[in-house]
Amino acid sequence: MTAEVQVFDAVLAVLLLWLGWRALASADLFKAVVQFIVFGLLLSLTWVRLGAPDVALAEAAIGAGLAGALLLDTLARMGPSGAADEARPLALTPARVGIALAVIGLAVLLVASVLALPARWPGLVEPALQQLSASGVSNPVTATLLNYRAWDTLLEIGVLMLAVLGVWILDAEPALPRPAPDPMLGLLLRVLLPLTVIVAGYLLWVGAHAPGGAFQGGALLAAGGVLWHLARPLSLGPSRAVRAVVVFGFAVFLAVGVAAALLGGGLLTFPPEHAGAIILVIEAAAMLSIALIMVALFVGRQRPATDPQAADTTGTQDTGAAP
Amino acid sequence: MSLALLYGLAGIALVAMGLYAALAARHVLRRLLGLNVLGSGVFMMLVALASRASDSAGRPDPVPHAMVLTGIVVAVSATALALALLRRMHAHDGSPRLPEDRDDASDGPSP
Repeated sequence: MTAEVQVFDAVLAVLLLWLGWRALASADLFKAVVQFIVFGLLLSLTWVRLGAPDVALAEAAIGAGLAGALLLDTLARMGPSGAADEARPLALTPARVGIALAVIGLAVLLVASVLALPARWPGLVEPALQQLSASGVSNPVTATLLNYRAWDTLLEIGVLMLAVLGVWILDAEPALPRPAPDPMLGLLLRVLLPLTVIVAGYLLWVGAHAPGGAFQGGALLAAGGVLWHLARPLSLGPSRAVRAVVVFGFAVFLAVGVAAALLGGGLLTFPPEHAGAIILVIEAAAMLSIALIMVALFVGRQRPATDPQAADTTGTQDTGAAP
Repeated sequence: MSLALLYGLAGIALVAMGLYAALAARHVLRRLLGLNVLGSGVFMMLVALASRASDSAGRPDPVPHAMVLTGIVVAVSATALALALLRRMHAHDGSPRLPEDRDDASDGPSP
């Protein structure tokens, strides 16, 4: 990576700040969310510029894709009364002067501390690369996620499980009326879904030695699942099968970690000669769970339409659209 | 000016505007957008400062990268949970604002 600042970087930084501000200050919330999605895409370009392709992949799929879909879905479900906001939502009123001053003070402190940092800093590059041969993979980011800091990643999957549990508990309102089946979406689904599965599998495999891994693959699979839901609504309530897949990744991860402890290594300490295979097994299980959890976060717990006749009509429409 | 400094300062600007929006906005969805921009700013600071560690092969520090990857996933799941809370509040009260922000609401019915 060249450390030179180019015109591209200056333009990118200015665009990011402008889009970030528009995403917050646009009076129309729909516009604001769309600008937030574009902001996420530019952010993934920034990650590439900063030499973090693993983060860029996750940002493009999760930060820009899934978060945008979630926000737009909530706006649509709340309807006109939920989307209305003031004409100048962030205008500097007397009541907000205190907030603005506090935020500027914090920013000044942060700028001062960043300027006080040394221009070069070894960080944890040396220890991370020294142990790489014993980690089972050759991509240092995957090694950090699944080996050095496996505990963090285990708990991260736990956070995902808790989030989907919360959404299932809270989300009890009836779903939006089903839109008429869209032939274009159906076609897009038939073309894109197999591609999504192939690319997700590729990302999972390649994560051992190049940018990729369970989270990037899972996010991509989830994007395919969201597309599926948009083309032919899924019902992903807390049924026994769905709950089993949601827990699967965490359970495999924890079981392997505990087995490593029982065999004398220590919790989540993998023996170097088997670490590669162990990480692949954990990542494959985690990818399935991550993908399903993210789709479930989007779908929520939509109760079927209470009117049996309406449910019946949508049922026949669905069969009509099936290939 | 190095890349780390440029993007580090941009990250601080994002933190500042995200925090301002999260505190000043009244619509809960706008507050959530603010928190997300704030998070993106923190991630940008972390990754920008990690690029200072590039060794001769040009490899930046992988540990902050892994932390940011974890952060992105946790941020989106927290956002999903917050959005479910918002939808529940809106279905219950008919307003997308928190109760203390509803007194002089010009739009959106208050209960």
